[in-house]
Amino acid sequence: MTTFLGMPATAPRGVGQLRGDRTFPQAAHAALGDAQLRRNLRHATATIRSRSGRVIAELPDWQQLRAAGSALKADVMARLPQLLQQLEARVSEAGGVVHWAADAHEANAIVTDLVRRTGSDRVIKVKSMATQEIGLNEALEAAGITPVETDLAELIVQLGDDRPSHILVPAIHRNRSEIRDIFRRSMPGVDPDLTDDPPVLAAAARKYLRETFLSTTVAVSGANFAVAETGTLAVVESEGNGRMCLTLPDTLITVMGLEKVVPTWADLEVFLQLLPRSSTGERMNPYTSMWTGVTPGDGPQNFHLVLLDNGRSAVLADPVGRQALHCIRCSACLNVCPVYERTGGHAYGSVYPGPIGAVLSPQLTGVADNASLPYASSLCGACFDACPVKIDIPSLLVHLRNRAPHPRAERAMMRAAAYLMDRPRAYARAQRAAKLARIAGRRGRGLPPPLSGWTAGRDLPPLPEQTFRDWWARRARAAEEA
Amino acid sequence: MSSRELILGRVRAALRDRPRPGPVPREYRRTFPAADLDLLVDRLVDYRAEVHRVGEADIAATVARIVTGAVLVPEGLPAAWRPAGAVVDDRLAPDRIAAAAAVLTAAAVAVAETGTIVLDASPDQGRRIISLLPDVHVVVLRPAQVVASVSQALARLDPARPLTWISGPSATSDIELNRVEGVHGPRHLHVLLLDR
Ligand code: SF4
Repeated sequence: MTTFLGMPATAPRGVGQLRGDRTFPQAAHAALGDAQLRRNLRHATATIRSRSGRVIAELPDWQQLRAAGSALKADVMARLPQLLQQLEARVSEAGGVVHWAADAHEANAIVTDLVRRTGSDRVIKVKSMATQEIGLNEALEAAGITPVETDLAELIVQLGDDRPSHILVPAIHRNRSEIRDIFRRSMPGVDPDLTDDPPVLAAAARKYLRETFLSTTVAVSGANFAVAETGTLAVVESEGNGRMCLTLPDTLITVMGLEKVVPTWADLEVFLQLLPRSSTGERMNPYTSMWTGVTPGDGPQNFHLVLLDNGRSAVLADPVGRQALHCIRCSACLNVCPVYERTGGHAYGSVYPGPIGAVLSPQLTGVADNASLPYASSLCGACFDACPVKIDIPSLLVHLRNRAPHPRAERAMMRAAAYLMDRPRAYARAQRAAKLARIAGRRGRGLPPPLSGWTAGRDLPPLPEQTFRDWWARRARAAEEA
Repeated sequence: MSSRELILGRVRAALRDRPRPGPVPREYRRTFPAADLDLLVDRLVDYRAEVHRVGEADIAATVARIVTGAVLVPEGLPAAWRPAGAVVDDRLAPDRIAAAAAVLTAAAVAVAETGTIVLDASPDQGRRIISLLPDVHVVVLRPAQVVASVSQALARLDPARPLTWISGPSATSDIELNRVEGVHGPRHLHVLLLDR
């Protein structure tokens, strides 16, 4: 078992959704011109942020939970081979079948084959980042199988022939009237007099999907957690479409990234507290389903678990970068990111947008394929503070910038700088970040590469103890209090 | 080489630096006071569930008052709880289940801090499907089943059973972050919290 396997393979090109067809600055430029998009985004992210802040404040031990979550994930990464084998054994004992997929092509082939063997030409899907990452819908369609997204937001995206723009709320870039128009245009049998009242829109989706739920025999899901100790899978959701897919069909196929395994049943106490509060700003999401293999007489009688690598082992191979695999996909970092708030998710070119996308996508694909993404940030540090498992995204960005091919990156950085100068609030945050970068940076003097060449021959002007903005803000506050 | 061996080999190779993370700090709250029923009620109401505090003898009458139409019950539900004319799930077809106006079940555990009720498919709760398709779900909860925290709930549950954690009725926030009850799951959740 000591075969040398060379460099771990990254996610293959030409399949799935991890690379954009433009660089981040190019794509962001287009998004910045869309005022409607920015209004929709600002409203949505501000709403989630304030909700989340409120329910997090209810827990006196939030920081201790974060510390535990962070350490648990580091432990999982260090013991990944054992934990995966333990998970495989437990799932198999409970009547499930475990498959291993080295990349997107293989995962798509496994799922397509499993669906074919059921004889069904349609599958119902629970919203899942892993299946979007591998482009499963496109692969199934190519094989003559119709995938039906059942999450309301995913349905909006699918019917609108659009791409998701947020991990949690994929249609965050659409407002109610745009959604009504999409439904009117693309939802078979919809009432043409549909209004844009949210309950009316939700009811239309309910009506449209009910029959599909009851008549489809195969479902595909992702997983939020898989417990190595017990073989239990968990999916958290809100609408009940997850419960439908996980309960009604005869066959359930779950595609899960390797990194989703957690060691013990009791460890869920940490993640089930961290995830909903930082994700949707709820104390608990409306529904969580947990299952272990198959249960005779209840739910699907055939269960397949597909363990997906697709570049994850490449991420794991970088001792600094591997913490990107700790991500529990809560999307809190998106909602606090000043860059995401202005550009939206499409600009990142990958199904993983925002700060986590800026560090995860380039690692999954190899940095050369996503060289502008590590620059898609002001390094303000808000994502680090928001992350429930304490992923140090700003440091990862700097680390990846060092690995990006330079000339292209330099251009991107200059454009990012020009962009920031235009936007006072982001600039203020960046200034704070610059102070941080100095503390963390190379002897506090130079800039990180590619600009280190420039600072090698001269010193950067020392940053003042207090920026003008800090001084002004403090002065204004003092005046208010007086 | 199989993909299994390939992936496990890559993962082992990726860990050549032999990371040794420190122990997991467990300084978060792990002991809790007795469950606070008022807090549970408060959380449930906040999720727009309707809570009724009733005696065990009043269950059937309360359900009859809430629901007009057929009430589905799992086979193991105590006979005294069943409203007159209740339909027993003896492996009913999905369309029969969907046609019921409501379903009445027991529960396994509830979490006060989060307003969560957990079903574990025991005989008094039935198959997962019956609490999913009808538009109204009525849950009977005994005070002894209520714990303070998520960790206490996990400690009481058996992971080998299929588990459904329910916090309020089905809801979506996908349209401009407006919470809309009932997309695919039950649109109404009633909790009958029994007297001590
Ligand atoms: S990186 Fe952290 S904050 Fe961002 S989605 Fe992942 S877990 Fe959430």
